[in-house]
Amino acid sequence: MNYKTDILIIGAGISGCSLARELSRFKADVAVIDRGNDLAEGATKANSGIVHAGYDAKPGSNKARLNVAGAQMFPALCELLGVPYRQAGALVIALNGQDRAMLEALLERGLKNGVQQLSILSREEALAMEPRLNPELVAAMSVPTSGIVSPYELAFAMADDAAINGVRFFLNREAAEVCRTEDGFRVTAGPDVFECRVLVNCAGASAAAIHNDLTGDSLEMIHRRGQYYLLDHAASDVFSRTIFQCPSAMGKGVLVSPTVHGNLLIGPTAEDIPDPLDTATTQEGLDNILLTAKKTWPELNVRANITNFSGVRAHLAADDFLVGPVTGCPGAFEAVGIESPGLSSAPAIGRELAGQIADYLALERKSRLNDYPVPPKPFREMTDEEKAEACRRNPEYGSVICRCEVVTEAEVRGAIRRPVGARTIDGVKRRTRAGMGRCQGGFCLPRVAAILAEELHCDLSDIRKDGSDSFLVTGPLADPEERKTV
Amino acid sequence: MIFQDKVDLIIVGAGPAGLAAAIAARESGVSSLLVLERENEPGGILRQCIHNGFGLHRFSEELTGPEYAWRDIVRARELDIPILCSTTVLSVSKDRKVSFVSKEAGFRSVQAGAVILAMGCRERPRGSLCTPGTRCAGIYSAGTAQRFVNLEGWMPGKRVVILGSGDIGLIMARRMKLQGAEVLACVEIMPYSSGLNRNIVQCLEDYRIPLYLEHTVTNIVGRDRLEKVTISRVDSNRRPIPGTEKDFDCDTLLLSCGLIPENELTRGIGVELSAATSGAVVTEKLETSVPGIFACGNVLHVHDLVDYVSEESFAAGHAAAAYLKAGAAAASAAPENRIHVTDGPGVRGTVPQLIDPDPEADIRLMFRPSGVFRNSTAVVKSGETILMKKKAMIFTPGEMVSLSLPAARLADVVNGSIELSIERN
Repeated sequence: MNYKTDILIIGAGISGCSLARELSRFKADVAVIDRGNDLAEGATKANSGIVHAGYDAKPGSNKARLNVAGAQMFPALCELLGVPYRQAGALVIALNGQDRAMLEALLERGLKNGVQQLSILSREEALAMEPRLNPELVAAMSVPTSGIVSPYELAFAMADDAAINGVRFFLNREAAEVCRTEDGFRVTAGPDVFECRVLVNCAGASAAAIHNDLTGDSLEMIHRRGQYYLLDHAASDVFSRTIFQCPSAMGKGVLVSPTVHGNLLIGPTAEDIPDPLDTATTQEGLDNILLTAKKTWPELNVRANITNFSGVRAHLAADDFLVGPVTGCPGAFEAVGIESPGLSSAPAIGRELAGQIADYLALERKSRLNDYPVPPKPFREMTDEEKAEACRRNPEYGSVICRCEVVTEAEVRGAIRRPVGARTIDGVKRRTRAGMGRCQGGFCLPRVAAILAEELHCDLSDIRKDGSDSFLVTGPLADPEERKTV
Repeated sequence: MIFQDKVDLIIVGAGPAGLAAAIAARESGVSSLLVLERENEPGGILRQCIHNGFGLHRFSEELTGPEYAWRDIVRARELDIPILCSTTVLSVSKDRKVSFVSKEAGFRSVQAGAVILAMGCRERPRGSLCTPGTRCAGIYSAGTAQRFVNLEGWMPGKRVVILGSGDIGLIMARRMKLQGAEVLACVEIMPYSSGLNRNIVQCLEDYRIPLYLEHTVTNIVGRDRLEKVTISRVDSNRRPIPGTEKDFDCDTLLLSCGLIPENELTRGIGVELSAATSGAVVTEKLETSVPGIFACGNVLHVHDLVDYVSEESFAAGHAAAAYLKAGAAAASAAPENRIHVTDGPGVRGTVPQLIDPDPEADIRLMFRPSGVFRNSTAVVKSGETILMKKKAMIFTPGEMVSLSLPAARLADVVNGSIELSIERN
């Protein structure tokens, strides 16, 4: 197919979805393409889920400016979109004198970046706040404005809001060729060709390659993998705040953090790898996490481990985001090198880029927006009265699909019917938490698969776990003709 | 169905444990009872266990899983026992208020006089093994694969490696082979299988499926769907030995790495749990630390044979009926007078953990050996006094040991404590 649009965004990660939502407020045709089989398939689905306060980035950098601005947008944005977010606070711990000096430097940097409420705590004060911390720590910096969020759920919500306001999303469309035309750009992606006046490069791991195509530069993307452990609710009371160790040249180091869903996250590693799609975990990486995390949590054990995963950060040697118009290429905009604090910055990146694009195209704001369909409160969080009422309203609430996370049929169907709905097992999992619990889908997988097949009017053999070749079954037990006669 | 706010007995689960408990309770005169089952039919995991080998002890014949379950379902129908299917219990309170949902009934809270927990167990997932690699499709617990094949009629894959030699994994090795798949290997981290010996013979050896003992999966490869697994030999600490890697091109990895009693509801009640069994701590009447709440079957401890699940659950049903009849007044021995049963060398997870010093019947003691012991004796001791012994050619972790301790022997118990052990002859 050949599509014409005013604005084409390449990449449906957190930056692309944030921008799509901001642009949906203007009178313009907007399309988003992504190579994944769902939204948020790159770094957005596999990161620490921290809304950083902004003390870490170099003052004056894009990272510092967008992080602080973005983090301030989180509480209202997540409230509006019904996305799980909590200002849990954080501690950065110092384990020796050198670390102690680093805390002072971080504090000073934080003040310069405009971060509020930072303070240095004594060992005793830190232990009183988080009794499971390594008692050998010498001091800690308290960061009350640090938050935790479900990153992929934020991307889904922003995409849903964009979609009901006219933005079109095209999945399984990898931008194979990007070229300039007389009045804009032409992008070949899978079977389709997209022509647009404004092109926005939010392509995560591939963003440097697209930048180079547009400019002739030779920007190099460093693919920095981070592996994690995710522990069950049983470990959720270990720490109530995010615990960082002092940062190093490779990043913010290994953290131990509660998640908004009551799990405990431990990681990430920081390894530079050649293939940005290589999201495998390794024995060495997993061993390193445990070794390092023990310095935060000496009694660490991973008996409650639910899963291990990894994500790949898009790191630039210059160690800063490239955000704004692409130099020397009118009509092209970009968000390149969006690694940590990319999630924290995403709302600000979207707003800033949308403003620049609106100016460039002289776009008018829409006078009226469609109401965002706020997702209903999860069944597991309802009171007994609310559960009874939900079952009366929709009997499908009475059918529990995922035992571990108490996700109902009503919610699974709801996730598939969202504006940019789930199409895969993992898509349902990330939108509803079915399969996120301790049995890891052992119980609910066949049930979710059956509901997907019913909702999408297809066969179980057409259902995918995640990527487009991640089939669940190889076929029926007997051939279909034989089945009919049985 | 019309719901009452109160029933005498609620049983959570209509698998073999719940069915047997319900039958026993009804036969003991409990007229008001309710069985709640999350699946759309009673029978539990037996519904998908279409192989034979069930019922040898209880019925002296070899039945398939559905046939075994059917006998209890028929009996339950004869006794007019109400079983609510497609119903999920959300919580049970300490004072035995049971909250549940179903499409038909919506959200309900019912006060029960007694509750029997019979939720069964679930399989250990990949996450608990911390196996590195990708998170591609094609990795299933053996039971999930069994459901796909036996209940839904779909083949999960064509080239299969099985990690763990638990019974379900062994059964699925044969099932996949019979269905035309290639089963390349069964990989077990321990030096012995955790499954029944008859399953090793009938499911692996008869089909020439190689069993790699002291090996484990050390890498999983495949972006979207599984493409390859690497296995490695492990040392005596069960750590992989570098240089011993062996690759298998496969599209499916089935996990059979152990079963975990499904005690989330139990934890919610505040019932005391045992670290050894991951089930409730119970008395010889199968009563938990919360009065009026009983547990039986695989939710209490993972059994090897369903016949023993039924036996235990009949006992739980009778005990709950007796509890209801006697009322709260007739509580058993004061907790401080109970005899404590502890695991000694070679023994893991003895049930029950507590015994009334003056029991009404002989005591059934069950446990799993902690390793393989040849020409050994299971010994029940109190202090230096041997209360009973049972010799065997071999004890293995795959087969439960069941001892019947005569009630009269409890007179010789000293310091209120009994220890079980396995001693080499």
